[in-house]
Amino acid sequence: MSILIKGGRVIDPGRFVGMGDVLIEQDTIAAVGPNLSAPAGSLTIQANGQLVLPGFVDLHVHFREPGFEYKETIQSGSAAAVAGGFTTVCCMPNTNPVNDNQAVTEFMLERARLAGLANVLPIGAITKGSEGKELAEIGDLRWSGCVAISDDGKPVMNSLVMRRAMEYALAFDLTVIDHCEDLHLAEGGCMNEGLVSTELGLPGIPAAAEDVMVARNLSLSELTGARLHLAHISTAGSVRMVREAKARGIRVTAEACPHHFTLTEDLVRGYNTHAKMNPPLRTGDDVRAIKDGLRDGTIDVIATDHAPHATQEKQQDFTEAPFGIVGLETAFSLTLALVEEGVLSLEQAIQKLTSAPAAAFGLKKGTLAVGADADVVIVDQNEQWEVDPSKFRSKSRNTPFAGWKVKGRVNKTIVGGRVVFESDGAER
Amino acid sequence: MSLKRKDLLSLAPLSVDEIKLILETADSFKEVTGREIKKVPALRGRTVVNLFFEPSTRTRTSFELAAKRLSADVINFSPSSSSVVKGETLLDTARNIEAMQADIIVLRHPSAGAAETLARGVKSSVINAGDGWHEHPTQALLDLYTIRQRGMGFEGLQVAIVGDVSHSRVARSNIHALTKLGAEVRVVGPPTMMPWGVGKLGAKVYYDMDEGLRGVNVIMMLRLQLERQGRALFPTIREYARLYGLTAERVRLADSGAIVMHPGPINRGVEIAPDVADSLSSVILDQVANGVAVRMGILYLMSGAN
Repeated sequence: MSILIKGGRVIDPGRFVGMGDVLIEQDTIAAVGPNLSAPAGSLTIQANGQLVLPGFVDLHVHFREPGFEYKETIQSGSAAAVAGGFTTVCCMPNTNPVNDNQAVTEFMLERARLAGLANVLPIGAITKGSEGKELAEIGDLRWSGCVAISDDGKPVMNSLVMRRAMEYALAFDLTVIDHCEDLHLAEGGCMNEGLVSTELGLPGIPAAAEDVMVARNLSLSELTGARLHLAHISTAGSVRMVREAKARGIRVTAEACPHHFTLTEDLVRGYNTHAKMNPPLRTGDDVRAIKDGLRDGTIDVIATDHAPHATQEKQQDFTEAPFGIVGLETAFSLTLALVEEGVLSLEQAIQKLTSAPAAAFGLKKGTLAVGADADVVIVDQNEQWEVDPSKFRSKSRNTPFAGWKVKGRVNKTIVGGRVVFESDGAER
Repeated sequence: MSLKRKDLLSLAPLSVDEIKLILETADSFKEVTGREIKKVPALRGRTVVNLFFEPSTRTRTSFELAAKRLSADVINFSPSSSSVVKGETLLDTARNIEAMQADIIVLRHPSAGAAETLARGVKSSVINAGDGWHEHPTQALLDLYTIRQRGMGFEGLQVAIVGDVSHSRVARSNIHALTKLGAEVRVVGPPTMMPWGVGKLGAKVYYDMDEGLRGVNVIMMLRLQLERQGRALFPTIREYARLYGLTAERVRLADSGAIVMHPGPINRGVEIAPDVADSLSSVILDQVANGVAVRMGILYLMSGAN
């Protein structure tokens, strides 16, 4: 089966930007260029006035399966992903059981295959049970399909263990991800520490809880030569240190989440549990620093940290409610807002959703190069819509963006040469 | 006249007029508590539920007495955290209570914001009787009442709040209310017990107690939570008592007519020396007595009764 996408504006970051057609044969990109003709029997998709982009790559999602299927499954998470334009997603290992062994990895891959929507790539744990003590079987995880390692929200506090993990991962050229949070400094905190936490009487998480771990990880990456990826950085201090580390040639990439460049801690007022995430929403100064970091390339990647939680969990009082929000179905629009605002060029924005994340983990994704996997997304850059959580494909509704009027709509998502999402609502 | 609010959650949003109205309403109930028969029918037929998720004897008793003296029906509901079925949210618990036609729910909860979350979810009036480190509005109102009873005006009044301000809902409510009324508030304690940016709330910070007490009209001591020792807030109770304990010598640094307050329960010999607690300048028991009258006033105003 062939698909010809005609008449759109193609943005393949770093490779091609301009009007053109994209020809897909079977599951690969066969040609990109002007006035391609459709082979017999092919499906033609008219994309006039639309953008034709490599499918987005999200390095940071929580699909909750196995263990917390009431929040999300690999099926529902994949449906949310393709609805948001994401054709490849990397799943954090904080499932139950933790993805610290081949069996869990293979289970997740099998679930993803059955869902048949997005490319779901597991991230393995760094330590057994993500307990921060003994290394997981990282080689096994690699060979069974994990694309990076992380202990996610239970960051490895023991610096020696982290050093050994980084060294060991070098053998497999595997990226080591850290959720940078000093658990002692952050203990009991549930929002950014600052004037708002003082007023609300909520225990705070200081920016320093992130900064000290960023500093440690950069030092360890320098020591070991490991490929380091910093998850969801949220502070001005992190941006400054990553910028300096990159200038010195340390192998580090960093991601930022849409909520961290869109919202501030003020949203917590009223004890809004949809404003509770980890790292927490920070100050206006931090938001500006994140935008600067995105603009100058210090922050390579935009990732969602899609963290579904059931409605009743978010209805608990603020300190009890779990951290996290869903993000897959709003990320593209919120990223486009940075283009409107002049923070990023359109190509830069697309790059941070496609080729940059792919490069951070060494994935052969996020490009429309001839021979690449046919993962393509067709979007209307200008279509306005209102965020309505009841229409999410995700099982969960925990978003602070409900009712927001945003721009940029995903119209069609193609994964491996198959149309898996169309905006008229049908997932195939 | 009544408060034009469904709930009393925090003093931060209250106007000076609203605070004054509460204090004046309390005056008339203060008179009732001095009678031989301490009961009026103002809230007859109304139901007040004390929903206490944290152990508390004096606040709960004070609310219970206040409601009973207004002839309301009072129910005490104290779910221990272990008996609340995991998964039942605060809101579910409260909706059950509301279904029994509670007019006013008085909530004490260990989490900041619990009262606000509850108030959004139920039609009953909610009175915050202390939520985490956030606020304890009725305590601050009875503190104001006690200061006023001593004939002190608020404008230009110098008040030192001493102790663990960071973890104190009493301190937050008092800072909001006192600064609104024109008082000058000092907070005194070690830096480990000062919340980020407390100066921006309008309080002046002192790490040296002697300096902090110099010339003040009101010394408001906070209860030291002894279990915080070893959590790096202070090294030993001995050292804390030496640096921030209120002794008779320290009281002499304050204005000659200064009063000593404490929300209770007191740690004698820790934050306050026994002779100070029992001295003439101490109004600690007046605070307790006034608590009932002030809470009667608040219940009355919240019920919208005439």
